[in-house]
Amino acid sequence: MAPEGNARPRSVGAVKPQTLHFSEPLKFKSGMVLDAYDLVYETYGKLNAAKSNAVLVCHALNAAHHVAGYYADAPDNVGWWDNMIGPGKPVDTEKFFVVGVNNVGGCFGSTGPKSVNPATGKPYGSSFPVVTVEDWVNAQARLADRLGIGSFAAVMGGSLGAMQALQWTIGYPDRIRNSVVVAAAPKLSAQNIAFNEVARQAITTDPDFHGGDYYGHGVVPRRGLRLARMIGHITYLSDDAMMEKFGRALRSDSIGFHFDVDFEIESYLRHQGDKFSEYFDANTYLLITRALDYFDPAAEHGDDLSKALAAARARFLVVSFTSDWRFAPPRSREIVKALLDNRCDVSYAEIDAPHGHDAFLLDDPRYHALVRAYFDGMFERL
Amino acid sequence: MTGHEQDALSGRSDFQAIAAWVRPDSAVLDLGCGDGVLLKYLRQTRSARGYGIDIDDANVLACVKNGVNVIQSDLERGLAGFDAGSFDCVILSQTLQAVRHTEEIVLDMLRVGREAIVSFPNFGRWDLRLQIALGGRMPMSPELPYQWYNTPNVHLFTIADFESFCAGHGIRVLERIVLHHGRPVTTLVNFFGSLAVYRIQKAA
Repeated sequence: MAPEGNARPRSVGAVKPQTLHFSEPLKFKSGMVLDAYDLVYETYGKLNAAKSNAVLVCHALNAAHHVAGYYADAPDNVGWWDNMIGPGKPVDTEKFFVVGVNNVGGCFGSTGPKSVNPATGKPYGSSFPVVTVEDWVNAQARLADRLGIGSFAAVMGGSLGAMQALQWTIGYPDRIRNSVVVAAAPKLSAQNIAFNEVARQAITTDPDFHGGDYYGHGVVPRRGLRLARMIGHITYLSDDAMMEKFGRALRSDSIGFHFDVDFEIESYLRHQGDKFSEYFDANTYLLITRALDYFDPAAEHGDDLSKALAAARARFLVVSFTSDWRFAPPRSREIVKALLDNRCDVSYAEIDAPHGHDAFLLDDPRYHALVRAYFDGMFERL
Repeated sequence: MTGHEQDALSGRSDFQAIAAWVRPDSAVLDLGCGDGVLLKYLRQTRSARGYGIDIDDANVLACVKNGVNVIQSDLERGLAGFDAGSFDCVILSQTLQAVRHTEEIVLDMLRVGREAIVSFPNFGRWDLRLQIALGGRMPMSPELPYQWYNTPNVHLFTIADFESFCAGHGIRVLERIVLHHGRPVTTLVNFFGSLAVYRIQKAA
């Protein structure tokens, strides 16, 4: 039954995704070109007359354009950052016009590997261009053009989404006034790339992968996706958070002396893996982890992040979480240091939260109060 | 300026002295910046480009509310992330007496800043001396309003102590203002002053 009235207070309510078709070719960093593509997006709140109150929310690995609210026909499908965005929430949709977009290469409606290539009549599959954060941001800028948004009041995101918020300040310094960079890193460490590689290997060695062209075989590399998700999930939580949530609790009264599920944590991981493998496209997973690996704005500037950010004009809010070992606070401090070198306006908070990388999705009151205060200040300057 | 800010400034009589020493448009780092009111004042009066450092969650939030740049960081771990000479001026306003690694912090300030401004409550003022000499109890004053058991001030010191510290650490005193109730004190400063403000530099 659809929720009514105040059943979901402070939600943007029922939302509908929209799709825009782009017929101007998109040239990727790799040199490959997509002649035409669709982007699916959602918006919340109203664009003001001056078109100065738009906020772009960039998604990370497994999310998409459905950032806030719910679908009328699927009331349990609540946006992934619904605790952050809505009327009266830290990013207040009564003040800001918020845009969520599924990035190109995604699997939730925007053109991606599972979309049909008009040239062949078959899904792109393995032929889909390898995407980078820069490519995504270029596509987002075109979406902004079509929505009549000259410059965003803010671009925000967590994790990989934060990398996009950072890239905006480099690629389009005149089109972003604030960059909200949460649980980020200026580039992945070897350990981070290693985790991604294990996830990719799980997918590509699944017999149902078929070199990425599994669509025609009527199968999906479900086992690989499942494993990839399980690995990822472990790294998004802290040791303490996992111990707190699951401990060594057993599914039954005693250990079973077998290799099936004994511990709650096993059951949880399997459940997460199963769920994920049902809705996520394996090729998109490969692409997105690669985009993470390749993001390194300093690389073109002699590994000098300060030089990479020399063009940035935006104000920044950078937030990290103490227990996040996948994108640990020192990585955020590298970004802050580079911004200080460039005398950019920046505030940095290190939230003492126990939940690991996933903390950026949770509603820690200190974190949310900070984002709220930052957006309130932004609103006063609109 | 709002009434609230006016109150905050009048409560911190060192702010105007500090502002007078901050050159227009300079880059300023304020260590232990609290709610960021000094930085806001320096931006308004000196168009300073300022950043605060504070460890406390509530202070970080207050700075963001005040529209002031703040970096959440523990002063006690030093300024390792900051390059030498990267700021025109590093300020430590009424915080030196509350840090544990006093020596390291002052030297690090002078590494990161081309100059530094330090203010602190003078423990050498006569009425404080009297309280301990005659009353036999740890002194309290408007600048030092805490009981011995709840004070954040772990290193209380006097103007004479600080000047001896500077002399012993190759630190040049460029300027000094000593205040009591917000008014300059010019004679027997260590006896009559309750708040001292110094502009210092590493000796060449």
